[in-house]
Amino acid sequence: MLLGDEAVAFGAIHAGISAAYAYPGTPATEIQEAVQKYSALHPDAKIKADWSINEKVAYEEALGCSLIGLRSMVSFKHVGLNVAADPFMSSMITGANGGLAVVPCDDPGMHSSQNEQDSRFYAFFAQIPCLEPIDAQEAYDMTREAFDISERFKIPVMVRSVARLSHTRGKVRFSGEQKQNKLKIPENFTGWNVLPSNARAQYDSLLSKQADFIKWSNSHPANRIHIEKGAATGVIATGLGFNYFMEAASSSGGASYSYLRVATYPVPEQKIRELLKNVSTLIVIEEGNPLIERLIWKYIAETGKKIAVKGKLSGDLPSAGELNTESVRVVLGLAALKSSAAVSSDIVRGRPPQLCKGCPHADTFYALNKALAGKTEKVVFSDIGCYTLGFYPPFKAIDSCVCMGASVGMAKAASENGLKYSVAVLGESTFNHSGITPMLEGIKRKSPFTVIILDNSTTAMTGGQDTICIGEDLEKVVLGLGLEKEHLRVVNPIPKNLDENAAAILQELEYEGPSVVIARRECLQIR
Amino acid sequence: MKLDIIFAGVGGQGIVSIASMLAFAASEKGFAVKQNEVHGMAQRGGSVACHVRISDKSVWAGIIPKGSADFILSIEPMEGLRYAGYLSPSGIIISGNQPVKNIDYPDENRVISAIKKHEGSVVIDTAALADKLKNTKAANIILLGALIKKIGLFGPEMESLIKKRFASKGESVVDINLKAFNAGMSNI
Ligand SMILES: Cc1ncc(C[n+]2csc(CCOP(=O)(O)OP(=O)(O)O)c2C)c(N)n1
Ligand code: SF4
Repeated sequence: MLLGDEAVAFGAIHAGISAAYAYPGTPATEIQEAVQKYSALHPDAKIKADWSINEKVAYEEALGCSLIGLRSMVSFKHVGLNVAADPFMSSMITGANGGLAVVPCDDPGMHSSQNEQDSRFYAFFAQIPCLEPIDAQEAYDMTREAFDISERFKIPVMVRSVARLSHTRGKVRFSGEQKQNKLKIPENFTGWNVLPSNARAQYDSLLSKQADFIKWSNSHPANRIHIEKGAATGVIATGLGFNYFMEAASSSGGASYSYLRVATYPVPEQKIRELLKNVSTLIVIEEGNPLIERLIWKYIAETGKKIAVKGKLSGDLPSAGELNTESVRVVLGLAALKSSAAVSSDIVRGRPPQLCKGCPHADTFYALNKALAGKTEKVVFSDIGCYTLGFYPPFKAIDSCVCMGASVGMAKAASENGLKYSVAVLGESTFNHSGITPMLEGIKRKSPFTVIILDNSTTAMTGGQDTICIGEDLEKVVLGLGLEKEHLRVVNPIPKNLDENAAAILQELEYEGPSVVIARRECLQIR
Repeated sequence: MKLDIIFAGVGGQGIVSIASMLAFAASEKGFAVKQNEVHGMAQRGGSVACHVRISDKSVWAGIIPKGSADFILSIEPMEGLRYAGYLSPSGIIISGNQPVKNIDYPDENRVISAIKKHEGSVVIDTAALADKLKNTKAANIILLGALIKKIGLFGPEMESLIKKRFASKGESVVDINLKAFNAGMSNI
């Protein structure tokens, strides 16, 4: 029984990857953790699987392996692909030598994320093939396949997961293990150097591959089609939407449908045309943002028929959050399953996540609140990590949180545009990830802002992965960026130091130049 | 045969581990099984649930639809109630009696009586049983024993699984967990 994420990992391992690169983020974290575990148990397999400093770097690392002919995987949560978007979009121009699979894990419903975004749109945007597994077995099989087609088409290939696939266990049957590729330096680098003259030729080649991608998609066995004689309603379901559809249809009280599961992109056009031949109503069920529901009109127009389309755009399925069997029953026109009980809402209370008792962040928040007490012209720009919970009472210590690393640039700009007390608060992993470049800018521009780095020596929010640069090394990095030594303060956030720490923070807040306070104490969950 | 079970509790209570034991045993017996878990932010002291679906046909969705759960197994009483809407008309809650009060907690007695309002539901005195076993963390295995008794399947498989899973932690840990499991079996 493997998690979807673990199945992805084994699919890649058995496909002969030489390396896996990733930055932690729910729901993708367990992919890299599984590769790491395997690699530690099988040192002879020689698979590199360290955590990368951020997703852009991870993607570039995987691309570097691909250039020298090796297979590599890069995985991260959906928003990681935003960070990696630059190399990702350029890699459709360079193409791939060794198989390259990119595995973003989406989080519809925002269980542990700041937004919902559907990575299939990125595949569409980059015009590369994408596979969408719906259970652990397929996560294994399709990840393996991704490497083969990546090498066949010489292009990076996406495997899209979502939280409920990444975190659902199922039985997985392994197939044989493939050997790693041998290192091979390309004979010709024109494709790998995106000077406009080269890039134009490469882009033409990508465009000319589209027909091959569609051919591959048309004949892919996962794109299962069923034509029900006499059924006027057709269903196109993608991703986990297909599971919910099959579940609902299995207790439909006799109603039956023609259906097509779309599991590969670009969409299998032939099969879509075949389905549309027989129906007058089309229901489109997609986990994520409506993609096929937007593309479908071209194929409907071709039929010359009037076909009504029901889905998210039409308002027949909820646009936000995850699909489930219940919402799919509604769009199919099936009655809800009976339950014995309603939830006694006056008794059941919400139980949001909280900082652990004794968490070092709490002590830093109390000190910061004390330093800022009575000040009105202040904003605490914060970031993503356990410390984001400092927004809630009893702390109410932070104001904004946008995306990893945003706190530093935002605080720097606010300070140089007149905000008196402009503070950035971020964890050391977030600082490593994307706080260093904006801090370099702020220091060189002598902006009057204060950055508080919460160094708990781990990436706690996502389960405690090691951070590359912590402790004294972190101090050296900050000083190396050019910060004046007297404006780097290192404090120990424990209750007894409250007054002392608040005073140190206040001094730096009053200083009219860049300053950094490192609050250093280990996370309590470090094993 | 179809079994849909929601395991409910608070992050850190060991829900995933008992859910995975049941899922593994059922899968080894040849049933189709899916198990959905919670990883990430909610584990930080928030409410967590884990869905296990077992069938002799195929299991499609990884999460249980409302109105379909045969059992809710809750280590924390209020957390069991949270998912009451998932119960099938014949579904029941099996709950421990140790609340986790890291929030403004409702009246405990009201919680317990609300659970018992669901016909057939049981609240097990996990506090006393764990105390007797001198293992405050045994509640999850006790409840697993109770669930297995109710299901009437996988009993022997579960015992050997307990032996296997805890073997690395020494004989006394295996022993305590077997006792906890049997205490659950015989107290429902
Ligand atoms: C682009 C992006 N990648 C990954 C994540 C997932 N994520 C959320 S917080 C975090 C890091 C937290 O580490 P740190 O800044 O050290 O704070 P801590 O949780 O240790 O307090 C990560 C990786 C994300 N939200 N966005
Ligand atoms: S995991 Fe660590 S950083 Fe996160 S709340 Fe707990 S002690 Fe604090």
